[in-house]
Amino acid sequence: MERIPILKIGSYLLVSIQVDMHDRLAMSLQDDLTAHIVKARAKGVLIDISSLELVDSFIGRTLGNIAAMSRVLDAQTVLVGMRPAVAITLVELGMSLPGVRTALNVDQGLALLQTAIDQGDHGAGDGV
Amino acid sequence: MSATTERRISQVLTANEGEILTEWLKRQKEEGRTRYDEAEARAQSTQFLKLFAAALEHGNIESPGGQHWQDIFDMLSDLSRTRARLGFSPSETAVFIFSLKQPLFDRLRRDFGNDAQGLGDAIWSSTNLLDKLGLYTTEMHQKRREEVISRQQQELLELSTPVVELWDGILALPLIGTLDSARTQVVMESLLERIVETSAKIAIIEITGVPTVDTLVAQHLLKTVAAARLMGADCIISGIRPQIAQTIVHLGVDLSSVVTKATLADAFRVALQRSKLTVTEMS
Repeated sequence: MERIPILKIGSYLLVSIQVDMHDRLAMSLQDDLTAHIVKARAKGVLIDISSLELVDSFIGRTLGNIAAMSRVLDAQTVLVGMRPAVAITLVELGMSLPGVRTALNVDQGLALLQTAIDQGDHGAGDGV
Repeated sequence: MSATTERRISQVLTANEGEILTEWLKRQKEEGRTRYDEAEARAQSTQFLKLFAAALEHGNIESPGGQHWQDIFDMLSDLSRTRARLGFSPSETAVFIFSLKQPLFDRLRRDFGNDAQGLGDAIWSSTNLLDKLGLYTTEMHQKRREEVISRQQQELLELSTPVVELWDGILALPLIGTLDSARTQVVMESLLERIVETSAKIAIIEITGVPTVDTLVAQHLLKTVAAARLMGADCIISGIRPQIAQTIVHLGVDLSSVVTKATLADAFRVALQRSKLTVTEMS
């Protein structure tokens, strides 16, 4: 069965979703990632979805759930590289992922993660 | 209506082509006033008479169909489109066909002489036909106008949603005019695309030019803000006029999830602050 690779960089985990997500893949990512966070004692998780072209409400919810689970495990999560079409779709589906941090690319995501961890900010969102 | 009537009208047309043409052109000139272009009208009229005679020779007046009539419709369609583009009014376009009636009827009257029955039939069928053709030109004219309007709407839509870069990583989106769902879609798309292009982190949505903000417009604004946030950019809404602020509160619209500022200058100041930039006076 195909799996989504989870790479460890320092105290961060990088998840790069390069294929179109189907429901089972999303569920297994959820399992894998939570296990990895615990094992690696990761402080931050970057989820790169720049190759993701199709989303539905289930995938949207799973992404939100993954962020929430990581937070419970004391790891900050940043969702990076969302495509404009995907963003519009999610908003039209009524899922604006209020509890998830977002950034335009991996670079900005790493910077955001660093500041979030430095501040020890466990709150949700961007603190707007 | 018998085929002989049609053939006879066609014969009358062919036999008196020169006369009819001169008189028809004169009438077009009188009716068309300033828009009249001698050479063009002559060419078009000659072509029409030829096609018309040929079509009458072959086709049925009551239900114009078949290749010969199709040629006429094609020609009239071209003519209406050209005239619509040149700014002719519908009646100025239709006059091309209607002014043919008088010259044609005069010739028919002369040709039929005392055959009142035959004359009546011929006049009835030709007036019927010319009315149809005249209405067709009006219809085509209208269609052309509608095309122009919808193209302009499209252009307006694209023109009215510029995304400008105020500073590295700071975008501004000055909205002018009412926000409906179609426009919101365009606004959202162009904003998100610019965010990707410029790696912007802050977008200022400037709504001074939006005349009214009702619940629907507010919802559209919030959607845009949410979509930009998913791309990792924060939005600031600026240019909220006092009346708009009152309406928003009276309608119970919740804008608390977004930073709102009264003026673009204030919003820009916040954006600079967040980007860790300051503007200082030169000493």
